[in-house]
This record gives sequence, structure tokens and C-alpha cells, in this order.
Amino acid sequence: MVGGFLSQALIYLAAAIVCVPVAKKLGMGSVLGYLLAGILIGPFLLGFIGNEGKDIMHFAEFGVVMMLFLIGLELEPAHIWRMRQLIAGMGTLQLFGTAILLFLGASLLGFHWQAALSIALALSMSSTAIVLQSLKEKGLMQTAAGSSSFAVLLFQDISVIPILAFLPLIAFAGPAVANHANHTLLENFPGWMKTVAVILSVALVILAGRYIIVPLLRLIAKTHLRELFTASALLIVFAIAFLMELVGLSPALGTFLAGVVLANSEYRHELESDLEPFKGLLLGLFFIAVGASINFELVGHNTMQVFLIVAVTMFVKALVLFLTGKVFELKFDQNLLFAIGLSQVGEFAFVLFSFINELNIISTDWMNLLMAATAISMTITPLLLLINEKIIQPRLSKIDSTIEEERASEITNGKHRVVIAGFSHFGSTIGRFLRANRIECTILDNDSDQVDLLRKMGFQVHYGDATRADLMESAGAQEAEILIIAINDPVTTARVAEMAKKHFPNLEIMVRAQDRFEAYEIMDLGLRNIYRDTIDTSIRLGVDVLKKLGFRSYTATRAGQNFFKYDEEALWRLAKSRHDMKQYISDVKQEIAWQEEILSGDQHSHSPHADHAWDSEIIREAINKQ
Amino acid sequence: MNKILVLFAHPKYEKSRANQAMVRNLPKDPFITFHDLYEKYPNFNVDVDYEQKLLSEHQIIVWHHPFFWYSAPPLMKQWIDMVLDFGWAYGPGGNALEGKLIFNAITSGGPREVYHSEGYNRYTVGEFLAPFNQTAKLCKMTYLPPFALQGTHRMTQEDLNKKATLFGTLLHKMIYEEFDVEELQRYAFLDEWVEEVNKEIK
Repeated sequence: MVGGFLSQALIYLAAAIVCVPVAKKLGMGSVLGYLLAGILIGPFLLGFIGNEGKDIMHFAEFGVVMMLFLIGLELEPAHIWRMRQLIAGMGTLQLFGTAILLFLGASLLGFHWQAALSIALALSMSSTAIVLQSLKEKGLMQTAAGSSSFAVLLFQDISVIPILAFLPLIAFAGPAVANHANHTLLENFPGWMKTVAVILSVALVILAGRYIIVPLLRLIAKTHLRELFTASALLIVFAIAFLMELVGLSPALGTFLAGVVLANSEYRHELESDLEPFKGLLLGLFFIAVGASINFELVGHNTMQVFLIVAVTMFVKALVLFLTGKVFELKFDQNLLFAIGLSQVGEFAFVLFSFINELNIISTDWMNLLMAATAISMTITPLLLLINEKIIQPRLSKIDSTIEEERASEITNGKHRVVIAGFSHFGSTIGRFLRANRIECTILDNDSDQVDLLRKMGFQVHYGDATRADLMESAGAQEAEILIIAINDPVTTARVAEMAKKHFPNLEIMVRAQDRFEAYEIMDLGLRNIYRDTIDTSIRLGVDVLKKLGFRSYTATRAGQNFFKYDEEALWRLAKSRHDMKQYISDVKQEIAWQEEILSGDQHSHSPHADHAWDSEIIREAINKQ
Repeated sequence: MNKILVLFAHPKYEKSRANQAMVRNLPKDPFITFHDLYEKYPNFNVDVDYEQKLLSEHQIIVWHHPFFWYSAPPLMKQWIDMVLDFGWAYGPGGNALEGKLIFNAITSGGPREVYHSEGYNRYTVGEFLAPFNQTAKLCKMTYLPPFALQGTHRMTQEDLNKKATLFGTLLHKMIYEEFDVEELQRYAFLDEWVEEVNKEIK
């Protein structure tokens, strides 16, 4: 089996790596790339994989669960609360509108009302995976169409629970034959106990998010083992999904909830970047499996039928969505994106179709046909979105409004212009100073105790390792203007600086260096904004010494300013010779001698740097000479 | 052709409508060097070597500043104190600035009429600027009448812009056109000269 596993992994990964970049290059987006890869390696084209595609799809559906967790992480509870009308209003309109129309249609085709109803409900669902992935990839999540789509999808996810509970009640064969899709712990319990269990488990997720997960992550973070943090992130998602399945709730919904609870925590960025690759791979796998599952043989025999099912379903769905968008006053271009985007039948239909087939509501032939239609509609969506984006939208010439909305949401999203990496005393002073001048910063620190303390003091500090490009990206490094590296450890500082230079050329990088030698290291990286830790403080102390010894305050201050200036210049000169220690030492000696001479303020030296300005001694001497 | 150095000093430039209008309307010209002193020396630590080098590279110098308390903001005075060095700008051997032209370009909230022996401010702008005039003299430079954008408190943005373009026109003329220094010195204000020349052209 080892060989089997390896060869399968090889096929999937290779197909993805070949197809996705090609699809992206052609402007089609990764979703379509994965789907096409699936079709390519599926049983009907190259035949690399057989019918095991279905099992893989089941496994890969976990990507959707992770995606919802990640989406939850980006939404604060307050944000969800603000969306409540959108979720309830648009969701209800879409689901009931579509279901009623499709129910009538199916009834006309001669289905029993039970079959017609369950088919209609299954077809009403859209694909969270395809829609959200496509919208995210195109950066449209923050637009009106994006949040409307999200609201509808969330409502669908919620309504899956009552639908699953409701279907057995209308089955012909009665509950005895009905084999529940997921065995839940509560199967044999009376209804009210199920309800209590559901409420309790939701409460458990919320409370755990607050009082167990965050302290746990804090503990894990202290070990400074990155893989352990990744493991805990996965553990959180798996545990919640498991709990939800146990009580018969949708795992995606449960993890979404957990994500929302954790959205305010300091580990948000870290969790995001740790789970991102898993999510991406699983979703990719899921799309490949969808592509591979399309039964072309069946489709070939029933071309007309499948075509009609797909066309009518998508048309009805898009129509209802469009009208829903109209009711909620979406602009035309946004509404079009919304309606086309959600017009496919979603992955949840796979579950529902097999479920209602088990309930004997529809025949296996019809199930296969409907499943094929579902997979095809999922494949078509990215194509339709592409047509909308490349051909329809440009003609609407209303694209400006999208861009404007995007900009507005960027600002309210709180992406900051400055990112501070390292928030010890040095960094926190910078943070306080900037905040006093109304510049908010995104702050990263990987000392969990420090993060905890600063959060209590009211700073928006995130836990995270700034050497990681993915984490910096979730902290908004792509949009920021300035990165301040205020980390204590020189090795880490250099690594962050190197990473930032490579991945975020947009950033102006300003670096704290502990001493002259660290400053040289940073110069070697080609950075120019270098701030030595102690130089200002020691000169300030020196100036005060001069004052206490009887120097006038302004004279001492100017001496300090000049000393600083020449020391900085000398730093750059000395950087050249520092690799040769002998040369370096002799250069340093020379610099010091030179510095002392020019800074001595000796009026007789006729050095241009001595302050002649307010000193009449030279003038008196000159007059006396004449 | 002459190179012009505009030495600009305003401690709160971001809030000054009049000076923003003047700076905005400066021609983008390689012969004009705009030098923002408060931006370069927030610590008042004027780099004497650098400033002296700049001065020697230009033939016409402008002290551009608001007319705070009938004079210039303190950094401008600091600049004069430190840069116009004994033995370089004046005194024995101090001939570095000899023959250069220099004048003040100022902005004032009050209108021109109140700067008069009968007016509210009792002295004319020219009289108030006597220390600058004499500084120029001591450094063997030729002092020209000031360019003054006055009455800014009551001016609309449009009026400000109109007046400010005169400053640009003045600098342009001084770079590219022949002009008679003595004729300029007969005017009380350089902006009056530009306005008159503009009219003649029309």
C-alpha cells in the first residue's frame, strides 16, 4: 500500500503543480486549475485515479472546515453581529426562493413531492469552498458582493442542520431504514435532549475559545517549538469538528464559531499562517476530487438531461440571487458577481443526495445524475466568474465603485501603515510615541508573557514570529509602508531584515541595532535606516555631565549634537574596514583623534566646525592685529 | 543666467496657506534651489560647511519667511549667525559673497497699508527689514527690495495663488532675463515691479 499511497500522492501533487500555475497564468484562478487537474487525471480521461475519488473528497472536505475556521478568525464577533440582518434576510430569501422554484420544477417533471422537495433543498445549497476561495483569490471578500455571498453561505451552513433533521421525517420508508449519514451520539435520545446537547456544545466551543484555548496556546508558545504550535492549531480544529459531529452539528459551522471567538486573541495571525497551507492543500485536493468524480460516461449517455438540469438549476439560482441582491440594494455590477458566483450547486449536495438516496427518496440513477450535474455546475462557476470578470464587468464601466468600496473597507479593516516587530521596551516606546501622534501600528512579538502583559495594558499586540514571511503578510506587511525591527536579538533582527527585504520590497525598513557591530551587520544587508540602541542615551548623559561640570547648557547640547553627527558619519566610514581587524583598530584610533580635534571647539584651530557664531574672541584678535 | 537659492524658514509650514501657495507655484527649474531650513535642521544645528558651499554655488539668494514679529523665524536668524562667518562672509578676507544679489520674500497677515508711519504698525516693511539690508551690505552683497505677499488673513485661496504666481514669475525673470539692478532698487517691493512689467507686456 505504501507504493499505492506514494504513487497517488505523486499523481495528485503533480497534477496540481502542472495545472494550477497554467490556469493562473491564463487568468482562470486556482479553483478552476484544480478542477481541471481532477478531470484530467480522473477515470474518464487519463485514468490515473479510479473511483476512489469519492473517498478522497470526503477526506478533503476537511479543507472547507479549516477554511471556515480561518474565515472566522478574520471576523470579530461585533462584525458578525453587524451582519445579522444580511445573514438572516438574504439567506432566507435565497434558500426559500430557490427551493420553492426548484420544487415546482421538479414536481412538474413528475417527481413525488417528497423527492421534489429534497432535491430542491439539496440544489439550493451553494459551494462555500468554490465561492469563498475564488473571491479571496480575487481579493473581493471585502466588497458588497463578497459580504453578501458570505452571508448567504453562512445561512446555508446553518440551515443544513434542520434540513438533515427534517428529511427522515418525509421519507417513504420511515426512520427504521433510514441510515443517518453520520452516526451521532444522540441518535436515540429524545428531541429536547438533542437540543440541549447542541446548545451546550456551542457554549462549550465559545467558553473553550475564551478560557482554554488561549491559555493553552500561551503555554505552547512559551516552548518556542513551531511545530508544536502548528500541532495545537490542528488539534483545535479537529477537536471542534469532532465535537460537532458528535452532536450532529456541521463541523464547518463549529470551527467557524471557534474562529470568531479567537479573532480577538493575540494568536490570530499565528493560527492563520499555520493553518493556511493545510487549508489550501486540502481544498485543492477537494477540488481535484470533484473534478475526478464527474462521471462522463453517465453524462455522455444522458447529455441532454444533465445539460438541462445544470442549465435550469443555475439559471433559477442566479435569478433568485439576483432578485435577492436587488431587494438588498446591491449595485448592478456587484449583484451580477453575487448572482453568478453563488449559482452552482455546492459540495453539501453530495452529502444530501446520498442521504436522500439512502432514505429511498430518490433512485440511485437519479442520484448519480444529480451528482454529476452538481460537479459540472461547480466546474462551470469559475468559468462563468471569469467571463463575468473579463467580458461583462469591463463593459459595465462601473468598476470604479468596486475599487472605491475596496479601499474604504481596507481602511476600516484596520490595516496599519506601520508594523513593529519586537515590542520590548524599545519597541513599546516607539509604539507609544506613534500612538500619541495618532499613528496606529500593527505589533508583533514572540514573547508570550510580554504579549500578555502589553495586551492587558491596552496595546494591540499579536503573538508571532516576525522572521516568517507568511505571518508578516497576515499582519499586513503587503499594505504597510514602514517596518520597524525593534528586536533584542541581533541574529533574529538580521533574519527579519533579510526576509522583509526579499518579500516586501514595498516596505521602508527601519532597524534597531544594539551596538556598532550589529549596525555593521545590518549595513551589509544594504539597509540604511539604522538606529543604535545606546548612542543617544549615552551622549545625553555626557551632555548632562558637561552641564554639571559648569558648561553652559546650550554649548553642551550643541557639543552633543555634533558628536552624534560625526559618530554616525564615522560609523559609515569604519564599516568598510571592519572585516580586517588590524586595519579597523588603526582606523578607529584615527577617527577618535580626528573627532576630538574637530569637536574640541578650539577657536584657535580655525576649524570651521568650532562655533564662531556667538564668539567675538576671534574678531577681537583680528582687530588687535591690524 | 543666474542660479537662485531660496532659503525657506517656516516652523509650521503645513499650516501656512500663503507659504504653501508660494512654494507650490515655484517653477520647477534646475536654476532654482529650494532649501527648506526647518526640514533640514529641526535641531537648529546648521551645517555651516554645507550652507557656505550652497551659497557659493548661487548668484541670487532669497530669504523666504513669514514676517513673524516684524522679522524672521528664529532658525533664519540662527542661519545668519552661523553661516555668515567672520573671515568668510565679512571682515578681513571675507569676500565669499561679494557681488551676489539678496532679498527677503515675506508673507504677512496684515495688509501693506498698515505698514506706514501713519498706520497701525508705524514703520514700513522696508524699515523693519533694515537689519537684513545691512547684513547684506556688510557681506558686500547687493540688497534688493522685498517681495511681499501681504494681507493674507483676508485673502481667498484664489487671491493667494494669483499673488504667489508673481513670485514664480519674478524668479523666472531673474534667471533668464536681463534686468537693471538700480531700476529694481527704485521700487519699494519687487512684486510691484513684476506687476508693472506684466502690465506692459499686455
